Amino acid sequence: MRHRTLVSALIVSVVIAIAMAATSSVSGQSAPLEKPRAVAKAVPTGKPYTPPKTPDGQPDLQGFWTNSTYVPLERPNGVTKEFYNKEEAEAAMKRSAEREAEQTEPGTTADVHYDFTQFGLDRSQSTFATSLRTSQIYDPPDGKVPPLTAEGQKRQQERAAARKQAGGQYDDVKNMPIGSRCIIMGGAGPPLQNAGYNANYQIVQGAGYVMILTEMIHDARIIPIDNRPAPPSGVRQWTGISRGHYEGNTLVVETTNFNGKNPFRNGSENMKVTERFTRIADDAIEYKFTIDDPATWTKSFSADLPLVKTDGPIFEFACHETNFGIANILAGAREDDKKAAEQKKKPSSN
Amino acid sequence: MRNWFLIATSAALLTAAGVAMAQAPQAPAAARPAAASAYRAPRTSDGKPNLNGVWQAITEANWDIEAHSAAPSPIKELGATGAMPAGAGIVEGGSIPYLPEALKKKKENQANRLKLDPEVKCYLPGVPRAVYQPYPFQIIQSTKHIMMLHTFAGAVRTVYMSDQTEAPADSWMGWSNGKWEGESLVVDTKGFNDQSWFDRAGNFHSDALHVVERFTPRSADTLNYEATIEDSKTFSRPWKISLPLYRRVEPNAMIMEFRCVEFVEDLLYGHLKKQPASK
Repeated sequence: MRHRTLVSALIVSVVIAIAMAATSSVSGQSAPLEKPRAVAKAVPTGKPYTPPKTPDGQPDLQGFWTNSTYVPLERPNGVTKEFYNKEEAEAAMKRSAEREAEQTEPGTTADVHYDFTQFGLDRSQSTFATSLRTSQIYDPPDGKVPPLTAEGQKRQQERAAARKQAGGQYDDVKNMPIGSRCIIMGGAGPPLQNAGYNANYQIVQGAGYVMILTEMIHDARIIPIDNRPAPPSGVRQWTGISRGHYEGNTLVVETTNFNGKNPFRNGSENMKVTERFTRIADDAIEYKFTIDDPATWTKSFSADLPLVKTDGPIFEFACHETNFGIANILAGAREDDKKAAEQKKKPSSN
Repeated sequence: MRNWFLIATSAALLTAAGVAMAQAPQAPAAARPAAASAYRAPRTSDGKPNLNGVWQAITEANWDIEAHSAAPSPIKELGATGAMPAGAGIVEGGSIPYLPEALKKKKENQANRLKLDPEVKCYLPGVPRAVYQPYPFQIIQSTKHIMMLHTFAGAVRTVYMSDQTEAPADSWMGWSNGKWEGESLVVDTKGFNDQSWFDRAGNFHSDALHVVERFTPRSADTLNYEATIEDSKTFSRPWKISLPLYRRVEPNAMIMEFRCVEFVEDLLYGHLKKQPASK
């Protein structure tokens, strides 16, 4: 449902998606398991790769990338190993793709809104990263987000209670999902996450800075790599404040100063995200992240979500400017309120 | 600190001078780059003039790009904090050459500003407005792409220095292709929609807008910014704006989030809030 409203909010994304689909050499809309054009070598091959350097000597991470993937963040129940074999991985991918394709079946609810294949919202239509991993999380070894601390549980309950207190999802724009409101979408992170569609990024490196642009809502992270002091504690942001440095050919980015309004997996505002970007092939960046938040989880956890090269350019994602969806959804809810009130009046007036 | 004081002082002087010079056909000489041609900027590692940095315009242009007197706040409660400061204007020749119909629309825009100004609604500011809004923006310069990352609404512009194409679709920030001409970065932007404004005074354009900008270093910490604006559906001839841009020299200068969607939700959708059930 969240996905649905999010999608309807983003008329502009359709334009982008069409353009993306056009550049993605879709050969058949009814064949969701077309071979991906780029494949990340998420499992190290052992072959040494020396990344190119930018003119000012940074390991070159520049270009257009996607982290679209069928690998879930957490390991599915019943799966007990870190890696599938090739056949198992393909079968798991096929199951996920079929689930996604179901949404385009004529006559289903989803079909009323969109043909996913027509608008490029189906992952299988564009470049995506394949991996033998059974889950993005590889530490702890069970592939799951660690248990919540007592404080984490309490916060979760308090947040749930506050949501209930605020009323129904369609009572007020503030009760609606942050993505539907065009404030920030999941892919922007940090950590970067697979946004489902339009999971595209552009990296540009200038002297002293790395810039990561997330296509969804044109979210640009500006990461200084000049050893400047830690950010002032009085400033808190949706995407936190990042500081970067290189360890060999790996860009390491540490982010703190979150505002706690869009916490990754219900974490706290004191979460620290450490990301490691390593170019491992011309068409692939190994992307690993670690979440440290002792106020929420009993231990830190780490995940691996490869970035693979995709075709640019990235188009403007003017989300808020054409957010007709959110106004229509709220107007519809108020119409329902009116009808319900009239319904209530009827028996008493008789 | 001292720098800022100087700048603030000269801005005040300029404002005062602007009143006297409002009749003059040319923009005040002080706003023009005195020695732009003589200055050679430091180079990036790939040998181009280095425009990397956090920049900001110091001008009253975001209120009105034409010369204007001070005016009270449109919202009584804001008092002096919401008032419009006077400005000498950034339009060369003093006024914008509107076609008659377009001038009428500009006046309507101005009269209904609070309802219509896209800035009020936290919409992407467009070009050139993003450059002279009163917020810093950062240039991150690589060989292939030059990013212009704005504070307001987190607006982003990619200037393609290679792989240049026509605009694939109309957009708020347009589609920018760039090239180097001596010391200047020249950015050619088309593919605009007709939604953005130039300022809070209702100055506007159509989707035929074509902007050619020149960013020219004029000293270590200043750039000269010029833009030629062409839009045959709105203006009788191309016209030009110019203003300096200043480097934010403080060591902790950074672009911070101004995710203003959240700030305008009650304004835009407040009327659709569920009313408490009448008992």
